[in-house]
Amino acid sequence: MNNERTASDSLKTDARRPLQDTNARTRPAPGFTTIAKMISPALVVVVLLFGGGLGLGLIQSLGHLPAAGLKSLSFKHFFNVVGDPDFVRSLMLTLYVALSSTAVAAAVSMVMAIFLLSLSEKSRLIHFIFQIPLTVPHLVIAVAMVFMLAPTGLLSRVIVKLGLIDSSAAFPLLINDRWGIGIILTYVWKEIPFITLMILSVLRRSGVELLEVGRTLKADRWQRFRYITLPVISPSLGAACLIVFAYTFGAFEVPFLLGQTYPMMLPVWAYKNYSDVDLLARPEGIATGLIIAGIIVVAIVFSQLLTQAARRRGVVL
Amino acid sequence: VKPANRKIACAVMATSVLLPFTVLIVWSFSTRWFYPQLWPAQWGVRAWQYIFGTAGTQIMAGLIQSLVVALSTAVVSLAIGVPAGRALGLYEFRGKDFISVMLMLPVIVPPLCVAMGLHLWFIKLGLAETFIGVVLVHLTFCLPYSIFVMWGVFSNYNPDYESQARSLGANPWKIIMRVMLPLTLPGIMVAGLFSFLLSWSQYLSTLIIGGGRITTLPILLFALMGSGDRPVAAAVSIVFVAPAFLALLFSARYLGGRSIAGVR
Repeated sequence: MNNERTASDSLKTDARRPLQDTNARTRPAPGFTTIAKMISPALVVVVLLFGGGLGLGLIQSLGHLPAAGLKSLSFKHFFNVVGDPDFVRSLMLTLYVALSSTAVAAAVSMVMAIFLLSLSEKSRLIHFIFQIPLTVPHLVIAVAMVFMLAPTGLLSRVIVKLGLIDSSAAFPLLINDRWGIGIILTYVWKEIPFITLMILSVLRRSGVELLEVGRTLKADRWQRFRYITLPVISPSLGAACLIVFAYTFGAFEVPFLLGQTYPMMLPVWAYKNYSDVDLLARPEGIATGLIIAGIIVVAIVFSQLLTQAARRRGVVL
Repeated sequence: VKPANRKIACAVMATSVLLPFTVLIVWSFSTRWFYPQLWPAQWGVRAWQYIFGTAGTQIMAGLIQSLVVALSTAVVSLAIGVPAGRALGLYEFRGKDFISVMLMLPVIVPPLCVAMGLHLWFIKLGLAETFIGVVLVHLTFCLPYSIFVMWGVFSNYNPDYESQARSLGANPWKIIMRVMLPLTLPGIMVAGLFSFLLSWSQYLSTLIIGGGRITTLPILLFALMGSGDRPVAAAVSIVFVAPAFLALLFSARYLGGRSIAGVR
């Protein structure tokens, strides 16, 4: 088992090292001005539009809104948002939806990746179909979910035909429901190919040698998965999961269309306040948006620290 | 996996991917479909006539608006992203880690926060409710993807060909057109597709900055979902998803298929 661990560990560091930069390291860099010319347009866009957007948002949420006669700066709006009992409910709902979408999508993706790996690369049709969700806008799938899962949707009709229920009233709420089933299903449908393809490219690169070594050492199926496959895929699986979590935590369209009216998910709540006719609610909307961004950044940093600490303690991840 | 099980697994997967589209297509061609019938009682093209006839000008305007916004965003995002990707992929320089993290940061922060912050400033600059304003806010989220793709492309790129062309007397413009572009074209296509599709599916940032003046397809689709005309909403959804399908076919045909992995 020990040999196996070192072998898979070296492969893992291999996968984590940015493959990107091998070219850059071997090449003498041109002067500072040449590089500055190439990179400054991009930096200007990010600093001015992205940084500017967040910065100006922060100023507005601190209460500086001259048009509405607000001129002093304070954290009042942030306290108002955090102190609102609806905030905690929205936060819990948002965390629940984002975490369960990510977890379900990740679990299915691992199975899918191993399954697709077992297919020959020649089965192009199945690979093509599998990639379709990648390019489809979230909104289209959310609309299709309404048609399938609404009380008068396709699923409800099938169940009535089967004689399990006799009217749409007896059909459980799957859209605009308490448990966010429609939202989670939309995200899972959309994100599985994304995570799977991230894992699959690593699996294809890693080859079968390690698994064969595992088999020779009499490791059973579960051991081979736990100590060979999982360590190989975990860096890219983790990265994919973080991206999916960040997206599902902060996206507006799907929960707006498929969510319930109360409690709302945080992004919907933020926009509701922002677009309120009462201009005084606007800073609170922006503050909520910044809190969403803050939670995402903290979650990503925290999960990185956690995995690092776990690895240092010798946990095979 | 046994061959029989493998076939079943493939069938289940294909069904779950294709079912939503089938539902949309059937619904868009139904004219009478009462609950709890499994199949429309009457078929017709009313919805399609509506979106290309009755409301044709509005829907076509939305389609064109969406196309122009997404194409412009993709072009600007490439024009800025290709040089930046080249610098990151080919060279090592001071502050590279910090700069690359900064350039990638917009990927994880939701568009909602940035669009709300920019809105007031754009009003003052006269960019709110304008085409340029909407392209600029889309650019914030598309640019990191083009940079990321081009970074990868240029880390497998050999600039020695350029020095050979230079020693043969080619000027910088010729080197770009005859050496760099042909060698990196597949990557540039993927980067452009990423930006195009991302901009194409934006809703909230368009709504906040465009203020209802820039009516792209997603904005029309939301209005239609509110009106409750399901066949028409289904037909518009199909129009909305068409470029995504075309992009995928294109990538499978010309780019070897797998290169589109990672698009969101």
